Amino acid sequence: MVKLQDSFAAALLEPEAPLPPAVSRGGSPAVQRRFDIYRNNVTSSLIEALKASFPIVCRLVGDDFFKAAATLYIRQEPPRSPLLFRYGGSFADFLESFPPAGSVPYLSDVARLEWAWLQAYHAEDQASLPLQSLADVPQESLPEVRFALHPSLSLLRSRWPVVSLWAAVRDQKDNPGIDMTQGEEAAVLRPGNDVSVQLLPPGGHDFLSALADGRSLAEAAALGSQATSDFDLAHHLQGLFTLGTVVAIIAPDQG
Amino acid sequence: MTRPHSIPARAGVGLKPQHYEAILAERPDLGWLEAHAENYMGAGGPPHRYLTAIRQDYPISLHGVGLSIGSEDGLDADHLHRLKALVDRYEPGLFSEHLAWSSHGGTYYNDLLPLPYSEATLARVCQHIDQVQSLLGRQMLLENPSTYVSFWVSTMEEIDFLKEVVSRSGCGLLLDVNNVLVSAVNHGFDAAGYIDAFPIEAVGEIHLAGHAETWDGEAEDCGARVLIDAHDRQVDDLVWTLYARALSRSGPLPSLIEWDNDLPDWPTLFAEAQRAEGVLSGGRLQAAVEPARSAAHG
Repeated sequence: MVKLQDSFAAALLEPEAPLPPAVSRGGSPAVQRRFDIYRNNVTSSLIEALKASFPIVCRLVGDDFFKAAATLYIRQEPPRSPLLFRYGGSFADFLESFPPAGSVPYLSDVARLEWAWLQAYHAEDQASLPLQSLADVPQESLPEVRFALHPSLSLLRSRWPVVSLWAAVRDQKDNPGIDMTQGEEAAVLRPGNDVSVQLLPPGGHDFLSALADGRSLAEAAALGSQATSDFDLAHHLQGLFTLGTVVAIIAPDQG
Repeated sequence: MTRPHSIPARAGVGLKPQHYEAILAERPDLGWLEAHAENYMGAGGPPHRYLTAIRQDYPISLHGVGLSIGSEDGLDADHLHRLKALVDRYEPGLFSEHLAWSSHGGTYYNDLLPLPYSEATLARVCQHIDQVQSLLGRQMLLENPSTYVSFWVSTMEEIDFLKEVVSRSGCGLLLDVNNVLVSAVNHGFDAAGYIDAFPIEAVGEIHLAGHAETWDGEAEDCGARVLIDAHDRQVDDLVWTLYARALSRSGPLPSLIEWDNDLPDWPTLFAEAQRAEGVLSGGRLQAAVEPARSAAHG
């Protein structure tokens, strides 16, 4: 009995694979076409799932290109879970090494942004702390303070203006006037009901990454300052809280 | 959270994110709503916020599409526990799944794949249903499938298989009338006869949906007619006829309009539900009139 679903499953993603023996008896062309309905259902429903998760990538390259890329990806890396919003975590890496996408070098970073968006959408809900919460921390322990960041947070760094490109395609702007030499860094999170994609000022990515890694405020500020000569800690701290990034302040004695 | 609402013998619709706002704004007079379990298995975010809000005003049923009850592999323990958490959280009036498989060897195929009907598959399906029902602590409904191929290794008819599943596992059935027509056309059996032979006393819910039509010949428009369970349009007239036939055996049952692809606007979907509501009340009326008439003529 185990052999039946082995052969049925093996034929689903391979158009040239033979029909499962339990179905084919006689192997009439009509049976072949009946089996192809399953093949088509599997692949086209997964293409639709990827399209729902990566709508901007699809708009950037067009429907036909997207279908071709998705079909190949589905064969190489079919879903491992029935939760389709978890499918596609490696799609950006796939696009990066997909030769036909070479003429759209920023495509994989747009896919990374869309993946971060989707993760934030489904992430755990947690209340963010307001900036005023910092007032409860004694001045002298401030440098040693650490932060628990929002579970929906992803940080992105691209050599392309990925956020500007993503927003221009989403808003269907005809002449967005984007400077393609300008890389961008972004924070993606959902502190409340809506996912927010925020461009980060210089040093912001290093600062936030350090905090996300559990470094102290002083260590994170030092890393931010290494990234840019005019790192303004007060400005970054304010942004950190305004975006709703912080869910807990961990005092030094709390380890 | 309010107490679980049982699902009334009225029309409901499949809940889609595209209709969240319309439902909350208009509060339509609808018997109930059905959500696909897998769409609400994320940790948080808008899906839970909307389902929680809608759950305040409407009875909710949960319909699983990814449990792979017909799988030759064991059931996915992680998925079972996610399902348990979801059922505990939303306390749905009904929980249903499919007589099909969708995962194999760790891959999820996102389609409801067919299985042969034999003693071996029967034992496996019953064992999986037992596992689900013990974990959830409640009865589940099993849905009859729509299929495109059959297996020469099958030794039982689908209806006998379903009857045996009910008697061994104690589960109920979800009668998908569109699936009956789709399979009947695809395999050349009589849909009305299938409805008449269905173990109607075990049915706790009915599904209605639209299907697409194609041919299995070499070129377009040749070969045998094939129906595809597409859920992408209005319910076919023949399905409405078969639905009334099923209701004449069962009496009113919770009846769901499933529309999952090429989604219509809310008024179009609601109109389909109202049509089902009309068939349901027609049946009620007839049931009320029948005894009086028999008495008059008796």
